[in-house]
Amino acid sequence: MTASHIPVAATRPWGRVRRGQSRKRVFGTVGFHLSSSVISLLWFAPILLVVVTSFRSFNDIALNGISSLPHSFTFATYAQAWKLGGLAQALTNSMIVTIPTVLLSLFLAAAAAFGLSRYRIPFRRTILLIMLAGNLLPVQTILIPIARITQDLNIFDTLGALVAVQTAFGLGFYTFVLYGFMRSIPTELQDAASIDGASPVRIFLQIVLPLTRPALSALGALSFTWIFNDLLWSITLIQTSSKLPTTAAVLSLQGEYVSSWSVIAAGTVIAAIPSAIVFFIFQKSFVGGLALGSVK
Amino acid sequence: MFVLVLVPFVIEAVGVFWPAIQGVMLSVLNWNGIAPAKAVGLGNYVSLASDPIFITALKNTAIWIVLFGGLSFVGGLGIALLFQSERRGVGIYRTALFLPIVFSLVVTALIWDTFFQPTGILNGLLNAVGLHSWTHEWLADPSTALYAIIVAALWREIGYVMVLFIAGLKALDPAIAEAAKMDGCTRWQQFRYITFPQLRSVNLVILSVLVIDSLRSFDIVWAMTAGGPFNSTQLLSTYMYSTAFQGRQLGYASAIAVVIFVLALGVIITYLVRALSEEKES
Repeated sequence: MTASHIPVAATRPWGRVRRGQSRKRVFGTVGFHLSSSVISLLWFAPILLVVVTSFRSFNDIALNGISSLPHSFTFATYAQAWKLGGLAQALTNSMIVTIPTVLLSLFLAAAAAFGLSRYRIPFRRTILLIMLAGNLLPVQTILIPIARITQDLNIFDTLGALVAVQTAFGLGFYTFVLYGFMRSIPTELQDAASIDGASPVRIFLQIVLPLTRPALSALGALSFTWIFNDLLWSITLIQTSSKLPTTAAVLSLQGEYVSSWSVIAAGTVIAAIPSAIVFFIFQKSFVGGLALGSVK
Repeated sequence: MFVLVLVPFVIEAVGVFWPAIQGVMLSVLNWNGIAPAKAVGLGNYVSLASDPIFITALKNTAIWIVLFGGLSFVGGLGIALLFQSERRGVGIYRTALFLPIVFSLVVTALIWDTFFQPTGILNGLLNAVGLHSWTHEWLADPSTALYAIIVAALWREIGYVMVLFIAGLKALDPAIAEAAKMDGCTRWQQFRYITFPQLRSVNLVILSVLVIDSLRSFDIVWAMTAGGPFNSTQLLSTYMYSTAFQGRQLGYASAIAVVIFVLALGVIITYLVRALSEEKES
């Protein structure tokens, strides 16, 4: 490629062009940062707004409206959302659901992806696509039957039902992504291990799984936020309000504290923190993970 | 090692495919969940065709796909083009744009709820610049509520589409763009004739993701208006949910779910075909 550049470049009067270009470049850079900062601030403003609102007193907002500059500063809103609003309990419920679901579904998906990518299992491509298709299904299609099945199994209104459903539903996508990743791991290590008499389960646990760590952490971070953020399954399968996970609990907070905008804002901030923490810890793999399944 | 594949497959079959089949079977019943079910054949579907709320929900879903999907696509692509090159500060800008992805749609809804309230920021801004007559009860007015929700949904989706496009743009061969530049292409020509055509398959995936996301959209509408006022923000998904779990018309709601599934089917197939062809290449 470099060779083809030379003749074109040589015909140009370099000195003048370069000076013109560098001025243009400065303008370009200023323009870029100006427009980018405006867009970024525009995007960040709503978050800032909620954080500011969450520290204002009820009277301040009732008197001056949400859009006025704050005239008060209080932590009482957080105390109210945390204790009376039940968010302390809701966050615990969310962790009870989210952590086992992430671990279980990733482990199962990794097992399936291992089998499909490393062994000549008949119809493996069909199996993979069927599993992926399950994940693309609109949730609405299975909402009513799942509600019925959980009632029949006597696990309706339990956190366990949420774990079971979300594990089953996430499997297809995770398997698809992990399959793609595991195929790129060289087979030599595995061959050597199987010559030494290692069983497939041992190869999976001790060789392939550790090598899959980057993909697992990306998917782990992603699925944590997906499951933590879920609303539909929680409000469908959970009836007792003390069992509601965070996302659903914050929504019912809105019903309890009508027009107490600062308490609702405090609840919103509390509900946003766990996924924000996961995002900032795993930022790189999180963003990589987002692009994984859709654009390879 | 067959067990390794079989166990997850059976779990998904029992947890997803079996319920999906049951859902279709429920859609030909008249059933409130308690009294014995009565088979009505295609009766539920016939009723849907003359149900004004269903028609509204169908229209709103179409508006949602076009506006939410279309603007996410255009906005995400535009911002990706702006933020694609690795230069100083670009990381911060990108983070600001995709930070909303980590928040739940309910959090997004509550954030924008404050924004659209009668005494909220939007009306405050309009008053501040003297446009008093433009102020509105954005979420309580049937003519503006749906669009207000779409704005909130876009805020969260555009950053996601941007990430997908940046990944797509990075995968392009820079030599082709470089050659076009040498040949004197303008920026627009470069985008129109070089970059955009190369993104073809990326575009296809992003469009299918957007349509599937649109048909699934539920949380944000449910949290902001629950389909009201006067069903003006009813989507197929919210109508299905309220019919099933508030109206207890399980058969009828299942029929709506089947409609959602049929609408999604074409896109799902497109996506799977692409997944398959990609799988063959590698």
